[in-house]
Amino acid sequence: MINADRIIASLIMISALYFMWHAVSLPIGWNGLEGGPGGGAFPFWLSLVMLLCAAGVFWRSTSGSKFQRFAFDMSMVKPIFLVSVGLVFTVFLTSMIGAHLAVFLFLFWYLRFVGKHSLKLSVAISVVTPIIMFFFFEVTLKIMLPKGVSEPLFLPLYAMFF
Amino acid sequence: MDLLTLLSDGFATSLSPLNLMIVILGVTAGLFIGAMPGLGSVNGVAIVLPLTFIVPPASAIILLAAIYYGAMYGGAISSILLGIPGASTAVATTFDGRPMAQKGEAALALIAAAFASFVGGTVAVILFTLFAVPLADVALAFGPAEEFALVLLAFTTFVGLGGDDILKTIIMICLGLVLSTVGLDLISGQPRLIFGDLPGFYSGVSFLVLAIGVYGIGEVLYTIETSKSNPTVSNAKITFKDVISGLKTMRRYTKTMSLGSFLGFFVGMLPAAGATPASLMAYGLAKQTSKKPETFGKGNIEGVVAPETANNAASTGSLLPMLTLGIPGSPTTALLLGGMVMWGLMPGPMLFIDQPDFVWGLISSLYTANVAAVLINIALIPLFVWALRMPFSVLCAIVLVLCIVGGFAPNQKMHDVWLIVLFGFAGYFLRKADYPLAPLVLALVLGPLMEKSFRQTLIAEQGNIFAFIERPLSATFIFLSLLFFIWPIVGLLRKSKQEHPHFSSKRPNFSRQNS
Repeated sequence: MINADRIIASLIMISALYFMWHAVSLPIGWNGLEGGPGGGAFPFWLSLVMLLCAAGVFWRSTSGSKFQRFAFDMSMVKPIFLVSVGLVFTVFLTSMIGAHLAVFLFLFWYLRFVGKHSLKLSVAISVVTPIIMFFFFEVTLKIMLPKGVSEPLFLPLYAMFF
Repeated sequence: MDLLTLLSDGFATSLSPLNLMIVILGVTAGLFIGAMPGLGSVNGVAIVLPLTFIVPPASAIILLAAIYYGAMYGGAISSILLGIPGASTAVATTFDGRPMAQKGEAALALIAAAFASFVGGTVAVILFTLFAVPLADVALAFGPAEEFALVLLAFTTFVGLGGDDILKTIIMICLGLVLSTVGLDLISGQPRLIFGDLPGFYSGVSFLVLAIGVYGIGEVLYTIETSKSNPTVSNAKITFKDVISGLKTMRRYTKTMSLGSFLGFFVGMLPAAGATPASLMAYGLAKQTSKKPETFGKGNIEGVVAPETANNAASTGSLLPMLTLGIPGSPTTALLLGGMVMWGLMPGPMLFIDQPDFVWGLISSLYTANVAAVLINIALIPLFVWALRMPFSVLCAIVLVLCIVGGFAPNQKMHDVWLIVLFGFAGYFLRKADYPLAPLVLALVLGPLMEKSFRQTLIAEQGNIFAFIERPLSATFIFLSLLFFIWPIVGLLRKSKQEHPHFSSKRPNFSRQNS
């Protein structure tokens, strides 16, 4: 069985190396009497500590100790996968077709097909939420949410409320 | 006398119609957030923070503090009615709260939890009022060397007292600190860690993005996995007569409540401890000092009173170092600190001098929040029973939408939303693998202060590293940091010699996910 603890430790080690690689673009050494470490020192040396500790976690997991406790409830992998994919897709759609339409689609899909709720409830929540979002963020706080290609649909609303 | 004048001026701010309304709104929202299994004060504050643009800065912080308070009360509701802690801070409440509900004493348990929370909160706010000014006065003597040493101490307490795996705690602290260096170098102004010149990283990684990611999305994913089926909700009907007889019963537990309040307040002040260990310790103490310890775990009302007093007292206790020293005592107070910085209110001793109206307004609002919370808690119990029956998928969908839209609102960058999703997934996997998330958030919030104070000290002292131990206060903090760091390592070495050939570092004493 794959040891998930080891995978996570490896990912942390890779991230630490990646941070170190970027940190060296600024001085990582000591500037002596001029006054302490260079701009890259903090991220570089802290990443190194991270790398060493992650290596320690990795080494510990290979020694077969009691730390291998990472387990998935396999029956719940599907809903988590669905939510994750839905979320990524919604953020992608937010840039494309705008936040309101993306949120409407996400809520309807999630409530109706993942949560298996009634059509009435699913439609009600997925329609009301973007409307509240519009009035709270755009009308009250004057924070414009992304519209993407749906921008023209909002022009009459802008004329009405701004 | 001076203190009373300041406090009464504070009440003039906190009892203004807007702030009073905000306290009531915040406490109610907090009660619901706290009552929902899986969502605690830290999740509530993280999700609601971007929505606080609607009110002036001081009111925004009062709102967040009220949510924090409400969530502390609310956590007990699902512990008692569902048997699932509404937040990790209410874990100990389930031990006796649930058996009480199963015996048909849900109403009494809820009244006891609400009243105990009120006592814990009020005692702690009084202690807070007494300690705030002296502590802020001490902190006025702090230079960059002391600031650095104090932040270092905060991190080493996570290693020494955190109760989580030491290596994983250090990894999380370092990761948070590295993420805090993304953007422009504080001293030279040069860009660093901008990952292939991505413009979104020039302004750094916001604490809010990380908090919404790990405590919003990460928490939802974790709760989906752990809440397979909807548990049964115990019914609770409360009449006015029940409240009166409940209050009469509570008079017998003055000792338990006093112990819980003081213990909670002082444990809450420690950066690595907080409300969860405080409530567990208070539960243990109540059991030890009880005349009937064998009834604990079977529905003893003291088992509800003790942890609820302590967790509320601890939540107030953890506000003290945040407000006076600028060093948060818990992830939620780290978010409050981040929120205050976002609103231009820099926590620390100078806040007491520059913004007394705000500081005392906030402190007095804690008194108001306590009164509001106990009344709303008891009055809205039927509504909580109804809300707890709401399918989790509806709550989960709404929280996810709030994370996406709320994450976009502060800076209006899709870059932040993508980062939130990334941190959400990372937070979920890290939490599953037992990496503590609290030090990560705290490190991101405190990172800039730590680096700035470290480098400022060295520049001022021409690179003399001994500057940190030449000043008495700073030297004391450094010494304590070393002690906290070395103590568990010595313990582990001794333990591994005795019983286990491998490096073992899981200690059972102080453990928490968030508070």
